[in-house]
Amino acid sequence: MTMYLNTLLIACVVMLPFSTHAADEGYGYPIPGSYEATILGTPGSLIPEFPAKIHTRQLVLEVIKDREKPPIFFYDEGLRCTFAYQKKKAPLIFLIAGSGASDRASKLMTMMKAFYVAGFHVISLPSPSHSNFIISASQSSIPGDLTEDSADLYRVMQAAWNRVAGDVEVSDFHLCGYSMGGSQAAFVAKLDDERHVFNFKKVLMINPPVSLYNSATRIEELLKQIPGGANKQGIFFNKMLSKFSEFYRYGHYVSINDDFLYSIYAEKLFSKEETAGLIGLTYRISLAGMIFSSDVMTNSGYVVPKNRVLSPSDSTFDYFLVSTHLSFLDYFDEYLYPYFLMQRPGLTRQAFIDSMSLRSIEGYLKSSAKFGLMLNENDFILSREELDYLRQLFGVRAKIYPRGGHLGNLEYRENLTYMVDFFK
Amino acid sequence: MNASRYQFYRLILTFSAMVVLAGCAATGTATREEIPARHSISEFRDQRFAEVADPWEELNRNVYRFNFYFDKYLFLPVVSSYEFITPTFVQERVSDFYSNLGEVHNLTNSIFQLKASESVMTLGRFVTNSTLGIGGLFDPATSLGLERNDQDFGKTLGYWGMSSGPYMVLPLAGPSSLRDTGGLAVDSAIHYGIYALIDPFAHTGHSFAISSGITTMEAIDARHRQSFRYYESGYPFEYYMVRFIYHEKRKLDIGRPIPLE
Repeated sequence: MTMYLNTLLIACVVMLPFSTHAADEGYGYPIPGSYEATILGTPGSLIPEFPAKIHTRQLVLEVIKDREKPPIFFYDEGLRCTFAYQKKKAPLIFLIAGSGASDRASKLMTMMKAFYVAGFHVISLPSPSHSNFIISASQSSIPGDLTEDSADLYRVMQAAWNRVAGDVEVSDFHLCGYSMGGSQAAFVAKLDDERHVFNFKKVLMINPPVSLYNSATRIEELLKQIPGGANKQGIFFNKMLSKFSEFYRYGHYVSINDDFLYSIYAEKLFSKEETAGLIGLTYRISLAGMIFSSDVMTNSGYVVPKNRVLSPSDSTFDYFLVSTHLSFLDYFDEYLYPYFLMQRPGLTRQAFIDSMSLRSIEGYLKSSAKFGLMLNENDFILSREELDYLRQLFGVRAKIYPRGGHLGNLEYRENLTYMVDFFK
Repeated sequence: MNASRYQFYRLILTFSAMVVLAGCAATGTATREEIPARHSISEFRDQRFAEVADPWEELNRNVYRFNFYFDKYLFLPVVSSYEFITPTFVQERVSDFYSNLGEVHNLTNSIFQLKASESVMTLGRFVTNSTLGIGGLFDPATSLGLERNDQDFGKTLGYWGMSSGPYMVLPLAGPSSLRDTGGLAVDSAIHYGIYALIDPFAHTGHSFAISSGITTMEAIDARHRQSFRYYESGYPFEYYMVRFIYHEKRKLDIGRPIPLE
């Protein structure tokens, strides 16, 4: 029996057998739509082949000494990072995962292999919004503030480096992150320029949001396109699921394989609004894990009653349903901002939103030659105005692809080649 | 003769009971008064989703946790030693060997579902791989175009209209349902029935030791091929994701006989 840890609907993110269609503008990534590219990712045949096994080691780090963990998180033994190492002296790249992703996210693993094969040491880190990070590495256990999350990441990098420094030889340090990890990479680099632990030589940001708040709002808007609006996502989920199952059943498919997933795309099983809704829903499901973990860690009484101690065998299904019905804006206004207002009296809502934007460090980004940027023109997390802003801010340091949606082309061979060459 | 097997199961049962009791003990520790949460389920007017009938959730979650510890302290260390000491080539032959034995329940269940062409195909695979494939060590059937059809008695019951019943997490085997657990018992009974009938190692005088070895190796090979790790996703609702995906996957795999028009 095979078990997948993505829902059947998100299963679409695996490989598809596409024929590359006419390479307009000389770029061969085949999926034109922004939403489709985001869901389908890169067809298997267009991902470079990497060795099945590379030298890796999982690091489990105690980043915060004697951290108290509630019984329901009994399985969390420390922050998990994955370390791929060369047997000779080489540069080391720290890779930061995107929002909600672990250190073993499949996109991250593909990037890790690309860098490893090109001769780099690599350490992959989970996103500060991933539960493992909230439980084991975040000082406040309240993710969302770019500055604090980046400071947490910087501590994790030092702990990881301390763990492996005796075993490998490193010539230089580099930094790379995608999506929210891209923005965090910029803040981490800035911190490093003050503290000089790593002296990062090059930093690559891939599909980063300009403003966390704006991008999260844009993702939430995808869910508003479903009938009845965002709070009818249960009805939407059940409807999409039965659509999916019937398509499978009456199409006489024998397994959820490439052919099946390709025909979902080719026969346009889901409309544009439904595809957008599925992205929004996936985001909500991931966000729910963050909200719940943070609430349990801080005993804030947000979705779990305050002072309730959950045991590993207690049902948490209602918390799952409640958390998935909360938007990023709910989290922001009811949980994140009030916490930071308490930490920094006088902090206005707008000032807080502004602090979680690349604009707040634009002088630094403009002046530092170590930065590179990869973007897709049709990435829906950016507005037209934000795209132009990044284009202007980074100038020749920006590489902009005509399509790929949000992260859809991350594993495409040309993109991977560009990433590797950037650090060479 | 079966004494050591019973001892093994008793050990597992004791271990399970300990985990269950430990779970109960942990619930009694709340000391401060509870204050209702800001958001609760009653405020949302929406359908529930990704839900699966799970009346024994507490027990299931404890078994889920037991499997995590069993993996961690026994199963996975054994599997990684196995992977370390045997060359990949040997591991693949072992996997092919057990896959070929599995064709027996694929065949019986294809027949139970009256799927003629599938049964012939599976029989063809078994004969080809047992002969040309040297007792199942290789899989020439696939390259000859004979596709594998995974079947089990749980699927057969589902095919004839039985619903899955409550969700269950089995010790070692993991996610299942009441129906599929019954199916597993029937498949094992048929398997051991055939085995007892043939008793291929009777002449050695060590029949039990050898068959225990074969069964143990089968479990190691199965774990070796399964990349799933309990709690590895770190997602706090992993239990529900696994439950939902198992349930839907089985439903799709079973399909329903398409009515003839």
